[in-house]
Amino acid sequence: MRTQAQPATPPYTPYHPRWYRTHVSTYWWMHRWVYFRFVLRELTSFGVAYFCVMTLLYVRALSRGPEVFQAFQSRLASPLFICMTVVALFLALFHTTTWFSLSAHAMVVRVGGKRLPGVLIVMGNYGAWVVVSAILSWLLLR
Amino acid sequence: MAETIQLEVARYSPEKDSTPSFQKYEVPLRKDWVVLDALNYVKDKQDGSLTFRWSCRMGVCGSCGMMVNGEPKLTCATFLSKYAPGPVRVEPLRYFPIVRDLVVEMSDFMTKFRKVKPWLIRNDDKPLSEGEFLQTPEQLEVYKPFSMCINCTLCYAACPVYGLDPFFIGPAAIALAQRYNMDSRDQGSDERMDILSQHEGIWGCTFVGECTKACPKNVDPAGAIQQYKLAAAMDWFKALLAPKASR
Amino acid sequence: MAKRPIEPFLWTLFSGGGVLAAFFVPVLLFLLFLAFPLGLLHAPSYDALHSLIAMPLVRLLLFVACSVPLFHWAHRFRYTLDDGLQIKHLNEFVDILCYGGAVVVTLLAALLLWNFS
Repeated sequence: MRTQAQPATPPYTPYHPRWYRTHVSTYWWMHRWVYFRFVLRELTSFGVAYFCVMTLLYVRALSRGPEVFQAFQSRLASPLFICMTVVALFLALFHTTTWFSLSAHAMVVRVGGKRLPGVLIVMGNYGAWVVVSAILSWLLLR
Repeated sequence: MAETIQLEVARYSPEKDSTPSFQKYEVPLRKDWVVLDALNYVKDKQDGSLTFRWSCRMGVCGSCGMMVNGEPKLTCATFLSKYAPGPVRVEPLRYFPIVRDLVVEMSDFMTKFRKVKPWLIRNDDKPLSEGEFLQTPEQLEVYKPFSMCINCTLCYAACPVYGLDPFFIGPAAIALAQRYNMDSRDQGSDERMDILSQHEGIWGCTFVGECTKACPKNVDPAGAIQQYKLAAAMDWFKALLAPKASR
Repeated sequence: MAKRPIEPFLWTLFSGGGVLAAFFVPVLLFLLFLAFPLGLLHAPSYDALHSLIAMPLVRLLLFVACSVPLFHWAHRFRYTLDDGLQIKHLNEFVDILCYGGAVVVTLLAALLLWNFS
């Protein structure tokens, strides 16, 4: 049986409203304080990198004899290096505090089927930090 | 308390406008009103052309998500009096294309959500005669927070990575993948791992943490993502060290 | 996995480096680069320091403490550049700058600590 020929329909484009896509600015991280604080948190990695490089330079000076080491120590005491160290120390402390507070979300510790509250994990981290710092201080100050 | 408060509402008509603009409305400031009540007042009495989504008006359907003074909120759960003396800026959810006024296009989220296979995956189908799957309260507790998600996508509006990277799967989808991965009845973690462990899947996340702050149901998607990263990393090392055992 | 992406490994380095940095960096930065040079605290003598660092275990720990946190910096800075400045299209350049830099300094650290005398 021949099927009836369909009447010709005009070409039909379904209506599609023009969506507006807001462009995300390159300076999105300046638009809100929380985003700015996040970028600062990410930039604390420079404090860490400063530590790594300076410690390696420290060991290098140590391996070259007492005179070179003494000269290195004097350079460390100069205003430029003290300023850089203070900034790096601030960044390192900001890293430590933010890292520990994030650990409450990222670490799931279960005791007897119940999840430990986040605040305990944070305090545990701080406790361990104090212990490690005490041991290192004792090693270097005795 | 003042009698009225001013709303600055984003308007965009795809037929007439090339960019969104703001229109000001004066609404009564009632102690028990939420922002949704104010928007409905505007639509009823002042400007019937104002378009926005809402449904349950009690914070369980996830339809009424909008930016209120720059923060992603459920407008049915945000009290107007909190913003007194105002003005209150109401905009459509950030990082989604705007269809009209306060309505956004959610299909990107829907596609990504489906990609993570948010259903129980079983290798074998347990016949009905063997009875139901048993689950202890402790097993339920493991994934229960992630199951509270109402797909409101406030987390997507809060996440800068989602705004910057079109391939990032996003907080809610990953949290829901975790909900099923952690479910004792599910056997599909390997299948989901292949999808999520791509660069755009979860690794785009830099743990900004705004998604958890924005979530109205305390799902903690940021936590879910970090836990998933750890699982993916362990899986990577296992595949490296014992490739036969992991397959 | 179909192909093995390197991202989980880089994230592990970032994570481990972050933990090491969180615990070790503040106190060591304060002592070695603030308290001792300024004379706020009594610094160990040159010989004491030298013999401490000469110990193989200490050199190994130093190597770990000065290299893994560098990869933490590399991973974090790479994402900061990608997201903060939206230069993802330059990702080869960013990767070489960050991870390459970390690899180079790690190799130098290995050389330095191996040959310490």
